[in-house]
Amino acid sequence: MEYSGLLIFALFAAGFAGLIWLLGVPFGPRVRLGYKEQPVECGKTPFDLPSGRFDVKFYMVAILFVVFDVEMMFLYPWATLFRKLGLFAFAEMMVFLAVLGVGLAYAWRRGALNWD
Amino acid sequence: MMPDIHYAAILPELCLVVFGLGHLMLSFTVREENKGSLAAMAILILAVAGATMIPLWNHPVVTFAGSYAVDNFALFFKWVFLLAAVLAILHSGSYLRQEGMEHGEYYTLLLFAVLGMMVMASARDLMVVYVGLELMSITFYCLVGYLRGRLGSNEAALKYFILGAFSSAFLLYGFSLIYGITGTTSIAGIHTFLAAHPEAMAAPLALAIVMVIVGLGFKVSMVPFHFWSPDVYTGAPTPVTAFLSVGSEAAAFAAILRIFVSGLSGQSELWTGLVTALAVITMTVGNLMAIQQRDVKRMLAYSSVTHAGYILVGVVVGGSVGSATVMFYMLSYAFMNVGAFGVVAALNRTDGREGSNLDHFAGLAKLHPALAAVMLMLMLSLAGIPPTAGFFGKFYIFMGAVKANLIWLAIIGMLNSAVSAYYYLRVAVYMYMREPEGEPQVMVPVSMRWSLAASIIGIFGLGLFPDAVLALARASAAAF
Repeated sequence: MEYSGLLIFALFAAGFAGLIWLLGVPFGPRVRLGYKEQPVECGKTPFDLPSGRFDVKFYMVAILFVVFDVEMMFLYPWATLFRKLGLFAFAEMMVFLAVLGVGLAYAWRRGALNWD
Repeated sequence: MMPDIHYAAILPELCLVVFGLGHLMLSFTVREENKGSLAAMAILILAVAGATMIPLWNHPVVTFAGSYAVDNFALFFKWVFLLAAVLAILHSGSYLRQEGMEHGEYYTLLLFAVLGMMVMASARDLMVVYVGLELMSITFYCLVGYLRGRLGSNEAALKYFILGAFSSAFLLYGFSLIYGITGTTSIAGIHTFLAAHPEAMAAPLALAIVMVIVGLGFKVSMVPFHFWSPDVYTGAPTPVTAFLSVGSEAAAFAAILRIFVSGLSGQSELWTGLVTALAVITMTVGNLMAIQQRDVKRMLAYSSVTHAGYILVGVVVGGSVGSATVMFYMLSYAFMNVGAFGVVAALNRTDGREGSNLDHFAGLAKLHPALAAVMLMLMLSLAGIPPTAGFFGKFYIFMGAVKANLIWLAIIGMLNSAVSAYYYLRVAVYMYMREPEGEPQVMVPVSMRWSLAASIIGIFGLGLFPDAVLALARASAAAF
């Protein structure tokens, strides 16, 4: 019950935002110009449509980034409790890093880190 | 502070992790002309893992704080996975060479898929079930899309990935509801909680059960969650299809048996009705669709939907009797289904079209009599004609249903089995009674011959000595 105010606030906020958004449909001015019909690219004139192909290299980097980001997430709690956890946790983390290392070695060897 | 880990009991899994990673690293050093040794190494690794399980038989161990059980039930399933993997790898080498895609990753992924299945078979905790399931699924997404040059393979991988992720979400919802109701994710803990509080939240529990059935039903291609299987089975490389159809299904059934027959046995009135209805729909729809297929690979995909329906009857029967019949069926299914897909792989053509149309089987008896004879025996076994493994698999499942006073269910199963003979024997008709059209390229290298021979020996071995294996399965099921 103590959070019911929050719920009412959230409902009002969502309702008000929705109302303003809907008001724009009948009352808002409509300008159909060439630039406005184009997708937004930070003020620049877009040089290609976003539905085109992306180079697979971007995905490679993104995936490698995610893998090592998740690794970091595991390392932080382990590092803060390192003294309490003792030798076993150390060995366990080394095993975890070794498995990741094999993955990195694989990606390296297969040329996932080469940009050209 | 040492956690509760029984290293000897998880030796097979450790073996797969260490040697699997080693295999990946070693595959870089293998020269192009020695690529065949990659398959041999993978088989050796699986054999070592299988050998390390022998001393564990009859010595049940529960480790990882009760979340991981290495009992005879798990070991039986693990041997089925290893067997299916070895048979599939023997079919893979020449197929991949033909496609120009013989790389080490293929075998590494396959080894990790086996690892995921093993974790699922041993899991006594819902979270461990999920981890095993994801390990298996993600490797299969990659394997299904392995032929990256083929559009069908890409489409299959994308479909399998999106629908698989969706079904995993359902499974997790179900697990979280079960955790919310019982306060534990341990299957034994759930059982004791529900035994102590039989009235606990029947409605949310029913919802949770439905969601878990959706998630695991997807993996066993239970109707109406089967829509992925024909496309994925057709698009995937044929040896992968062979392994997917057996391994993934067996692992999901191992999890179903642990969760439902063991964990939720006290709540059987909540799920037996639903699972019975789904079993009937699954076998009937699978059959009706299989009849219409002219592509043998697609026909076998629908036939595995049908077989999932038969196996679900064993789940409905439940208890150690029902579980034992499911286990026996999975073993015989591993022999016959991997073999049947193997024959399709032998008819593979390099011109980008799969040689799996019924017309490609026309006159096979004249072109390659031995391969035709093997296919005939596999079809007879899938149709359930004695003295093959397929007959006894069905016989035990339907006998279990009769003994559990589900005579009508057994009758529906037998009627379906009779219908299925039509499309299995149609392949035989094409092979033996039609003239060959053109010159189909048939290639049966030595490794494929071994695998097919093992399938045939397995089918007739199980068909001639079914009691011994069933007794083994019963002893394993009693323990879990």
